[in-house]
Amino acid sequence: MALDTSVIGTEMPSISATMERGRLRAFAKATGQNEPTYVDLDAATAAGHRDLPVPPSFLFGIELEAPDPFEWLAELGVDLRFVLHGEQRFDYHRMAYAGEELTATSRIEDVYSKRGGALDFIVKKTAVTDTDGGPVADLTTVIVVRNPEVTA
Amino acid sequence: MTATTLEVGTELPALQLPPISRTTLALFAGASGDHNPIHVDLDVAKSAGLDDVFAHGMLSMAYLGRALTGWFPQRQVRSFGVRFAAITPVHGQPTCTGKVTSVEDGLATLELVVTLADGTTTLVGDAVVSLD
Repeated sequence: MALDTSVIGTEMPSISATMERGRLRAFAKATGQNEPTYVDLDAATAAGHRDLPVPPSFLFGIELEAPDPFEWLAELGVDLRFVLHGEQRFDYHRMAYAGEELTATSRIEDVYSKRGGALDFIVKKTAVTDTDGGPVADLTTVIVVRNPEVTA
Repeated sequence: MTATTLEVGTELPALQLPPISRTTLALFAGASGDHNPIHVDLDVAKSAGLDDVFAHGMLSMAYLGRALTGWFPQRQVRSFGVRFAAITPVHGQPTCTGKVTSVEDGLATLELVVTLADGTTTLVGDAVVSLD
């Protein structure tokens, strides 16, 4: 199924989430991160951080805090079972820390097909900002949708 | 690490991970917020024509992030990007490697790769870190 290119430029509703220490520790546990800086507040502050640091790829999860985070894909007619993550990029303006409320605001940057429509690509750009509106990071996400019924 | 110890071609210490268990996938789903059932629910995976669940791409990116912040303090990391080249099956055993591809103007560019024990390359990417 070729995606409708008229969605290019669509701005998505902003999602805000507080970076919680407990959640960051759960992320560390899930990823086998035992480095004290990322789990122990005293170690983090001793290393010059003001709280537990938000690790480099964690910001991807802000938008997943939405009540129905994959709704935007369903609205594009995409079956979540056939979605793959194609690329992910982070350009950092500064580090983020536990306790901060961060806001992710996304825009669909591009939509295109390859292999005769067997694969659809969705490029999404996300700005992560703090409560003062200051930039924290810019994310670029490429989603790949497999269309198994198309044989290229 | 400082600029004096880094030059083009320097290989950074590899980060070897244990095989990815179903428990890890469940914990990562909860901790990352990615609740896509394709990673944790065998019934859903089978309904999509797959033999089994597979790991979140972002789990491997998180492992690479661990490697990166093990090599350099996180405040020095300017950018971090990957392309997901292949699916990581459950029980896959990733190894994260990094190599310096350029050093100039106080910035080092790293080539990042994640491979599985069977030789499959699952992620390729790059990061830019400041050296001050």
